Amino acid sequence: MKNRLKNKTTRNNFITYGVVILIYIVMQILTASGSISSTMQGLLVPICAYVVMAISLNLTVGILGELSLGHAGFMSVGAFTGVTAAMALSGRVSSGIVCLIVGMVVGAVFAAIVGFLIGIPVLRLKGDYLAIVTLAFGEIIKGIFNNLYVGIDSNGLHMSLLSDKTDLAEGGKLIIGGPMGLTSIPRYSTFTIGIILVIITLIVVFHLVSSRQGRAIMAVRDNRIAAESIGVNITKYKLMAFTVSAALAGASGTLFAMNYSTIVANKFDFNTSILILVFVVLGGLGNMLGSIIAAAALTILPEALRQFADYRMLVYAIVLILVMLATNNDTFKNFLRRLKPGHKKAADEDGKEAV
Amino acid sequence: MAKLVKIPSNSMIPERDIGKSPILECVNLGIQFGGLKAVDDFNLTIGRTEIAGLIGPNGAGKTTVFNLLTKVYQPTHGTILLDGKDTHGMNTIQVNKAGIARTFQNIRLFNDLSVEDNVKTAMENGMTYNMWDGIFRTPKYWKQEKIAHERALELLSIFRMEDMAGMKAGSLPYGAQRRLEIVRALATNPSLLLLDEPAAGMNPSETAELMENIRKIRDTFQIAVLLIEHDMSLVMNICEGLCVLNFGKVIAKGTPQDIQSNPAVIEAYLGKQKER
Amino acid sequence: MTFLSFLISGISLGSIYAIIALGYTMVYGIAKMLNFAHGDVIMVGAYICFYATTRFELPAIVGVILAIIVCTVLGIVIERLAYKPLRAAPILAVLITAIGVSYFLQNAALLLWSSNPKVFTSVIPKGNISLFGGQLTIPYVTLVTIVVCIIIMIALVWFTSKTKMGKAMRACSEDKGAAQLMGINVNGTISLTFAIGSGLAAIAGVLLCSAYPTLVPTTGSMPGIKAFTAAVFGGIGSIPGALLGGVLLGIIEIFAKAYISTQLSDAIVFAVLIVVLIVRPAGLLGKQVREKV
Repeated sequence: MKNRLKNKTTRNNFITYGVVILIYIVMQILTASGSISSTMQGLLVPICAYVVMAISLNLTVGILGELSLGHAGFMSVGAFTGVTAAMALSGRVSSGIVCLIVGMVVGAVFAAIVGFLIGIPVLRLKGDYLAIVTLAFGEIIKGIFNNLYVGIDSNGLHMSLLSDKTDLAEGGKLIIGGPMGLTSIPRYSTFTIGIILVIITLIVVFHLVSSRQGRAIMAVRDNRIAAESIGVNITKYKLMAFTVSAALAGASGTLFAMNYSTIVANKFDFNTSILILVFVVLGGLGNMLGSIIAAAALTILPEALRQFADYRMLVYAIVLILVMLATNNDTFKNFLRRLKPGHKKAADEDGKEAV
Repeated sequence: MAKLVKIPSNSMIPERDIGKSPILECVNLGIQFGGLKAVDDFNLTIGRTEIAGLIGPNGAGKTTVFNLLTKVYQPTHGTILLDGKDTHGMNTIQVNKAGIARTFQNIRLFNDLSVEDNVKTAMENGMTYNMWDGIFRTPKYWKQEKIAHERALELLSIFRMEDMAGMKAGSLPYGAQRRLEIVRALATNPSLLLLDEPAAGMNPSETAELMENIRKIRDTFQIAVLLIEHDMSLVMNICEGLCVLNFGKVIAKGTPQDIQSNPAVIEAYLGKQKER
Repeated sequence: MTFLSFLISGISLGSIYAIIALGYTMVYGIAKMLNFAHGDVIMVGAYICFYATTRFELPAIVGVILAIIVCTVLGIVIERLAYKPLRAAPILAVLITAIGVSYFLQNAALLLWSSNPKVFTSVIPKGNISLFGGQLTIPYVTLVTIVVCIIIMIALVWFTSKTKMGKAMRACSEDKGAAQLMGINVNGTISLTFAIGSGLAAIAGVLLCSAYPTLVPTTGSMPGIKAFTAAVFGGIGSIPGALLGGVLLGIIEIFAKAYISTQLSDAIVFAVLIVVLIVRPAGLLGKQVREKV
């Protein structure tokens, strides 16, 4: 019995790694043979970034059991700090990959610091209060980056808030230009790096979950009072999960931003946070493979629905509502079952997978 | 049945624990919720390896005493000495580290974790590897996880639950959930185990087995047990000392024999329960 | 004097937030869900009023009543179709559904009414009241907004404390099961709550667009989020809390804009919210509930 479960968890983890690697190989073949549209090719890096976002948010929502509506805020922190680091470095280091990797590390570290600092006071709050505070946090981050000016010249980095007072020397360049956001970003991100980040994220999350820290985090989720009674330090583990989640989101932010030549803070707003939450909920709480599939599918879907032009977002909304009803309402589930006897099992599984 | 003897203070502990300081001493312990004295002037001493019972009618304040001991509530007055150390100012986590573990009246398991993980989570205090050891799967991680795994199975075997190690705690039958809570509490290496209605919802044969197991736990781990229970056969059978609460106050203390013949207790409690 | 005029426009903006927040708070109190689509009901109300008064040239009061009726019906329909089937579902599922409804309303509005901004004609006559010999001028719309908010508050407090339906509402938010056993029609009461909340949203939409006349399909989003913040700020579930939270939020926003920075005003508003929640984790007037062990 014991071995079976252990194997089951391990097996599921390996299936998840396998799926990611398989997708990578298939995509590489398709790209090499030129049988993939340029739109689709352009989506590869954003999909990786969203997948990482979804997995990391799943750590907060599914594993820790706290609702966060400001996950895009950490992505934003990662994007702005990471790209700044990468661009500051790009003058000195010729390799784009190295700049990107350093950028992602810096982005992750800054996002982790912010996550930690915001987590200390905020994680005392419960449920919907925590949700609203994370939402507020996301909006604050957006407000700050919309008014931040960072430039680099021979004297180093210059920063100012509200208006451009960087006063750069000859040959200096403005990296963050307030509402204009990050400009002239070198596009270092590649699909390969994206997939590697996805794999690293999976390893971190899977290994964390099956360690004593992970058990403590899930214990806090399942029963806070019981966890306390057996000596689990609630605050410590909540902070740990939250910080790791933020760090991963930060790395993802750098990856995402370095796929575009410009990016503005408004890209990482409340709607992005919600979008990622939708990935997590549709993919199933605590189900990382589900998050990956949901993130990929829902990033492609609006593109695929392009032929419906104006109706696509309406269709998207309806699909979202129907899926929620179909997976959470018994009458609805039974109705679907009667409709398609062949799909009985599928409907059953859906019900279990999604929340 | 063990004999209770007087120790230097005014309290009694089993004869065999004489010479060792008591594991728990409550002095004038009390808590007030607004104007209501939920527990008042509560005095109790428990010997090193005593199995003690806390009984009383519903609403007498028994679970509140547990909540005071584990610092779910901070006492408004009085002192709790755990192994001679004042627990004043400690929180739930610190009290657990100091040696008190408990179960809950309304079962509180980690329902989505496996049975084994429920037990391993409680070994938190004994494990030292950090997050990075876990993420990078260092030798330290493997070693400690292996020890934890073996110990978890060993503890589960007390209740013959090794076979259930892989099941989700939430999917266990009721009786097994109660037993798992005890195992989980034991995994924290307590010196005092608080059991809140451990036999609730069990059938007579399960209760009999539970009694055996409580004794076995006391004998194996040499710890003290304080239990709240409504099942009089269990209480009278395994408890060496009893403390009866009514309306937040202690109305009687002594051996089960003393309690059974105590008129105040009969009036407040046993009298009502006669039909049972 | 400028301080006073900022204060008054803060109270006025806050009154709009308060009216929206009432909808959030009542629905939260009874259905324990964050109705993210609430902000978009505001937008629908504003569009209805706009088309009634501009396209069909109906009198302003008819436009407002029409908006209230449409939004009330919309609220009930949304509740019946999207939320009621999920009464027993996990809160996250309900939250995502509410977000789906919000997207739906926004995109339906986009298709119906296009993304071109409409210039909303105020339902309240233009003009000012001059006080202190012209030193302080208050637009009518500001005054009307504050008065409407006060009337709504008094009416709601009276409704929930004195009428049978209002008491049923409070009973349901305490304990739905017990309320049902006492013979209260729980489903009906929840529908009623959504109806009232949505009706209020229509009023808020009209007032909002009378003060800030640009109307687009996303008009309701940001005020919706802020009003939601206001509801939490005051203590979600509490009707006086919604008023207090809304008004304070409005004042903070206007003062932040006036004295600190226009661009950072939203960030400041949210920062104040975080600080308040850290000091009072259940909001200003919320009750802290302890879990029983």
